[in-house]
Amino acid sequence: MSEPLHIRTPLARVLGRGAARSGTEHFWRQRLTAVANIPLTIAALAILIALLGRNQAAVAQILGSRAVSIIMLLFVASITIHMRLGMAVIIEDYVHDDSAKLTLLMANTFFAIAVGLTSVYGIIKLAFGL
Amino acid sequence: MAETRSLERRAPAERPLSPHLQIYRPMLSMMMSIAHRITGFANYFGTLLVAWWLTAAASPSAYARFQWFAGSLIGRLILFGYTWSVIHHMLGGVRHLIWDAGRGFGPKEREWLVAANLIGSIAITLLLWIFIMLTMGSTP
Repeated sequence: MSEPLHIRTPLARVLGRGAARSGTEHFWRQRLTAVANIPLTIAALAILIALLGRNQAAVAQILGSRAVSIIMLLFVASITIHMRLGMAVIIEDYVHDDSAKLTLLMANTFFAIAVGLTSVYGIIKLAFGL
Repeated sequence: MAETRSLERRAPAERPLSPHLQIYRPMLSMMMSIAHRITGFANYFGTLLVAWWLTAAASPSAYARFQWFAGSLIGRLILFGYTWSVIHHMLGGVRHLIWDAGRGFGPKEREWLVAANLIGSIAITLLLWIFIMLTMGSTP
């Protein structure tokens, strides 16, 4: 009968989310995408440099090739998720007015999705030769 | 209800605030921490250039406009700054991952890490751009 008394329910302990209702997802996703960004950014830089000085037709063909377009899609996905998380922290750190903060956090998500999907559109267009 | 509002709107209590940036002697590790945030902020908007490049590549006229921008003086300055910003943030990220792993916190190690971050990002950016300028010639 010396079982310690828990205030948290067993479900709450299993979910591990605490009082803030969100656990370490932000931290974890930031690190996950940070690690992914390293090889993907190096690859994207290498692709960019390999394409320097080439004409549009060659650039379109190489960017649309299978391996390059897949790398660029992964690169865009990883950096846009990462940058949205990072900007959210900056907003939360410096903007204390609730309505301004919520507006900026929404704008942040909109911007990240818009830039991400615009880039994805560009890559897919090249990959399928549309 | 009215009473709660008046409580909320009252001037903040005169409590001592936790010390912030202006109270500390500037140190390289602190500067690099600030630089990490500023470069992250810059990279956020730099992705507009990536989106522009990727969407322009499908059309000769749109790509010509992008190339005109990238070859102009202001375009090159922006791209040079963006290159440094990305590389600096990437090396800073590696430093943070090392720290996340619980390593590199000793007084010598952490100073070495922040110095390597700065020197490394400048050196890699310059080498990259020397290579780019040599490849491209003076006119792209």
